[in-house]
Amino acid sequence: MAKLSLEEVETIAELAKLTLTDAEKAMFQEQLSDILEYAEMLQKIDTTGIPPTASAIPLKNVMRPDVNTLSLDNEEALFNAPQTDEGSFKVQAVLE
Amino acid sequence: MKYQPIIGMEVHVELSTNSKMFCGCSADFFGVAPNTHVCPVCLGMPGTLPVINQKAVEYTIMTGLALNCQIQPHNVFARKNYFYPDLPKGYQISQYELPLCLNGYVDIETEESDTPKRIRVRRAHLEEDTGKLTHVNNHSLVDLNRAGVPLLEIVTEADIHSADEAYAYVTKLRQLVRYLGVSSGDMEKGAMRCEVNLSLTDPETGEWGTKVEVKNLNSFRSVRNAIAYEIERQTKVLSKGGTIDQVTMGWDENRAITFLQRTKEGDTGYRYFPEPDLPPLDLDPAWIEEIKTGLPELPDAKMARYTGDFELTQKEALVLVEDRSIAEYYESVVAVAGDAKGVTPKLVSNWVSGELFRLLGESGRNIADVEIKPARLVALIELVNANTINQPAAKKVFGVMFKSGRPPQEIVEELGLQQISDEDQLVSIARQVIADHPDPVEQFKAGKETVINFLVGQIMRVTRGKANPQLAEQALRELLQS
Ligand SMILES: [Zn+2]
Repeated sequence: MAKLSLEEVETIAELAKLTLTDAEKAMFQEQLSDILEYAEMLQKIDTTGIPPTASAIPLKNVMRPDVNTLSLDNEEALFNAPQTDEGSFKVQAVLE
Repeated sequence: MKYQPIIGMEVHVELSTNSKMFCGCSADFFGVAPNTHVCPVCLGMPGTLPVINQKAVEYTIMTGLALNCQIQPHNVFARKNYFYPDLPKGYQISQYELPLCLNGYVDIETEESDTPKRIRVRRAHLEEDTGKLTHVNNHSLVDLNRAGVPLLEIVTEADIHSADEAYAYVTKLRQLVRYLGVSSGDMEKGAMRCEVNLSLTDPETGEWGTKVEVKNLNSFRSVRNAIAYEIERQTKVLSKGGTIDQVTMGWDENRAITFLQRTKEGDTGYRYFPEPDLPPLDLDPAWIEEIKTGLPELPDAKMARYTGDFELTQKEALVLVEDRSIAEYYESVVAVAGDAKGVTPKLVSNWVSGELFRLLGESGRNIADVEIKPARLVALIELVNANTINQPAAKKVFGVMFKSGRPPQEIVEELGLQQISDEDQLVSIARQVIADHPDPVEQFKAGKETVINFLVGQIMRVTRGKANPQLAEQALRELLQS
């Protein structure tokens, strides 16, 4: 049984700015549901009394001093950009 | 019907660190050529890792303490996911469930009451700024110099009830960040940006109206104007029996109106989760204590001291406290004056917020460039106290001091401004003035008391402003009564 409804798949696609066909929606409904089901194994573990952790590595308090390091120059920064203009990345018009 | 506005504010403050939040690029972006303060980290290139700027955390703790917040010992950064070209990684590193600062407050002065009003601060958290988009024809240009600049978001409870209170709140906030030196607080340069949540409550039913968000508030004036406008707009709609939609409005500064920006609320779509690239931050209580000890005296404490120890009125204290460097100059003069010399904090206050403010305003100069050494201002006040010069002459001397920083005694001698307090000399000048102005003298004798001011004025004219005005008046009266 699918964990996710079609509407939920549509919402996720919209947030990811993806347009899906009906066939793709059905496919992702299956695949995403499988992932959820797989992750559900973890839910069975009793975690009573264990504080939530945000990180799996035994590290904390990693900070750096407020010192400037070298930035890229403009040409390097834009090197991979498909379109540029006036030293900027050029993208399709975005309107909210 | 009069509705009660319920307003909550979100203010973003850009922290004035040297480098960005998670990389070493310069955090300067105003007036900088596009995409020159960027690196693989803040461009969101694959394989890069962010590292927390310690200064940004320190500035946040400083601000949190100044806002009377509890500083949370355990901190986790979170990813806020959304897609927009100003956000190179496709997510913003922010804080969600565990912000650095919780449950504080700010006291603001209001017109309606002598006692300050308390605005509760729900939380303040650290995040990174986004880039800047410029829309040109049918495309947009992306500049990522601002992307990754440390940003402090301060969120209030819905404790604000008018445009004036909102204005007072953001003004106070700017004053605090400037006192702390953690931000320029320059709204016009984008270093402080405001968003407002506003709804109107029906005072009869107590029912809360629909919450409307107002964005694009880029100046202090626009904060006040946009809120006033939105209150009026919603009141009109409700008075006609209409309903308010939950929308986001923008503020059009030029036309002075709010306009519909977005209808759909997408808050639920950010899919926050703990940032896997950053280990948690467990703050050492000793560090927080050290930061607390290092905080400068804040405006509220200064106000209390100025109105208490210095015996200034609320109004006198307020103008001195407004700017930290002014307050510090004022205090250095008071400190030099000490107790003994009759140069009271009140007299110093008169000079600083009188002549000094006037000349600063006229010259466009900054208090930091003022060359009048505290001891020399004290010396000037002493010259007045000792009747060596009168008040108008003192102002003249102060003007020269403002330009040159020279000692007042020297200026007094050079300009020959010593007050004439010699009674014999004043009596003979008064006799001459009386002889020269028979008509006013008649009027005075007939009971027109105010004419005495005219006659004193004549003595001042003859002495080119150097006569001691009290003694001059005394000499006149004695002659006229005999
Ligand atoms: Zn960078």
